[in-house]
Amino acid sequence: MSDLRELYQEVIFDHNRHPRNFGKLVKANRHAEGFNPLCGDSLDLYLIVDNDRITDIKFEGQGCAISTASASLMTEVLKGKTLTEAEQLFEGFHQMVTTGQQPSFDIGKLSVLAGVSEFPARVKCASLSWHTLHAALNNSNQPVTTE
Amino acid sequence: MFNVEQVREQFPILKSTVRGKPLVYLDNAATTQKPQSVIDAESHYYDALNANVHRGVHKLSQDATDAFEKARDTIQHFIGAQHREEIIFTRGATEAINLVASSWGRANLQTGDEILLSQMEHHANIVPWQLIAEQTGAVIKVIPMDETGTLNLTQFEALLTPKTKMLGITHVSNALGTVNPVQYMIEKAHQVGALVLVDGAQSILHHAINVVELDCDFFVFSGHKLYGPTGIGALYGKKHLLNAMPPYQAGGDMIFKVTFEKSTFNHLPYKFEAGTPHIAGAIGLGAAIEFVQSVGLQHIAAHEAQLLAYAAEQAKSIPQLRIVGQAKEKVSVLSFVMEGVHPHDIGTILDSEGVAIRTGHHCAMPVMDFFKIPATARASLALYNTQQDIDALFTALHRVTEMFLK
Ligand SMILES: Cc1ncc(COP(=O)(O)O)c(C=O)c1O
Repeated sequence: MSDLRELYQEVIFDHNRHPRNFGKLVKANRHAEGFNPLCGDSLDLYLIVDNDRITDIKFEGQGCAISTASASLMTEVLKGKTLTEAEQLFEGFHQMVTTGQQPSFDIGKLSVLAGVSEFPARVKCASLSWHTLHAALNNSNQPVTTE
Repeated sequence: MFNVEQVREQFPILKSTVRGKPLVYLDNAATTQKPQSVIDAESHYYDALNANVHRGVHKLSQDATDAFEKARDTIQHFIGAQHREEIIFTRGATEAINLVASSWGRANLQTGDEILLSQMEHHANIVPWQLIAEQTGAVIKVIPMDETGTLNLTQFEALLTPKTKMLGITHVSNALGTVNPVQYMIEKAHQVGALVLVDGAQSILHHAINVVELDCDFFVFSGHKLYGPTGIGALYGKKHLLNAMPPYQAGGDMIFKVTFEKSTFNHLPYKFEAGTPHIAGAIGLGAAIEFVQSVGLQHIAAHEAQLLAYAAEQAKSIPQLRIVGQAKEKVSVLSFVMEGVHPHDIGTILDSEGVAIRTGHHCAMPVMDFFKIPATARASLALYNTQQDIDALFTALHRVTEMFLK
């Protein structure tokens, strides 16, 4: 039960109910789609990258509380970051949700998702937006899937 | 008399705990648990009978062959087939459908022929037909359903034409629980000269099946959804149809004589059983059927119907809960969505209470598309479930509403 509370923190509910940066970015110069074929979750991620810096970012799609909150938190954290910083956050986040270890550097609000590591079946939900980010930044036209 | 506690005693796994809570297993449409007699039958084969079948002159091989072939007889009688050689062992329902689509389809389908499927088919009864349609130029037509998850029979009849060569229809929908009127549909399909494959994966454990009365041309099911082992299932086919079909896979056991110039094929059922079969699985499946027969399908069906009605009644206590699949004729499946909560989150919270359900598209994406939802949460029942299991489900669902919808 404590694990469940760790997973579903207030911040997660808040971002699930009121996702930040939700919608389309008409002027986006990077875009990718992500799917989780197991549960039917889908996500569209839009970015404006200017001089190696993420100046704007939005997402839309449907998913569970974990995937929606994770996408919402990701957009908040990434806005204004350089691509190198984004990559470092990706690494830190990935380490945290798979092993439960907080990374050595500050990942800000993302740390509320640490509880996911206790629920292996939900790691994919939390990671979907980040994999989609990778695809968008690498300009891959193939939709990414979590499988 | 049916006594659920006595039944539960026979399933060792039901005594286990999950996350510190007693296991409440409500994912039976995915796979059922196994009674001790099935576990024993499989291990007895490895303990005492292990040898290859149909090959040895030695005693052990003969004993293994006898046990394996006895399982075929058990299946034959269980589904009312006229001839034992009409029962082909496969890995499961999926492989059985692939066998028919591939073998019968390649030999019989031509450009413009139609394969009729329903909107509520499992992917296993869609994709094999798509592959064969691509190869032969045949076309797939779809029988639509309505908002309750009931097939539109008027549309069905309108879709039946002399071009219809095969009707592939699930007896019971795994995503909705709908029981389709297969007897009627078979009769109608036969009137235009089409053959019918009935996907019995979800009906075999709730309904007494008689393939002769149904007059279906093919019937498929999986052992693991009938309290038996995984990796084993069966295809029933009418003898004259199976005889006319080319082999599906080739190798040992399915031949009479092999030279590099030409091989001749074994007779039924071996023509379709290339290679060493899942001997222990077949024996386990035989034991599973004997178990079901000892309890009695009519008692099982009555018990499950009563639990489903109880669950549907309980569901009314949660205003945010909407049942997906409200057909008049339905069995053992409570598929639902909750306003404001994704099925995945429901699944995780239930799991923390020891309640195992399935969440997702249930390998029936066209059903999800029809209802315009990405997924459902699905509780599915079996003979060992109790009223307490349903109560545990709803206690956990009330927790979901507390957490998410306060
Ligand atoms: C209606 C239906 N058909 C076919 C299958 C496929 O069964 P298997 O995976 O055992 O081959 C299933 C399994 O979920 C099913 O529910």
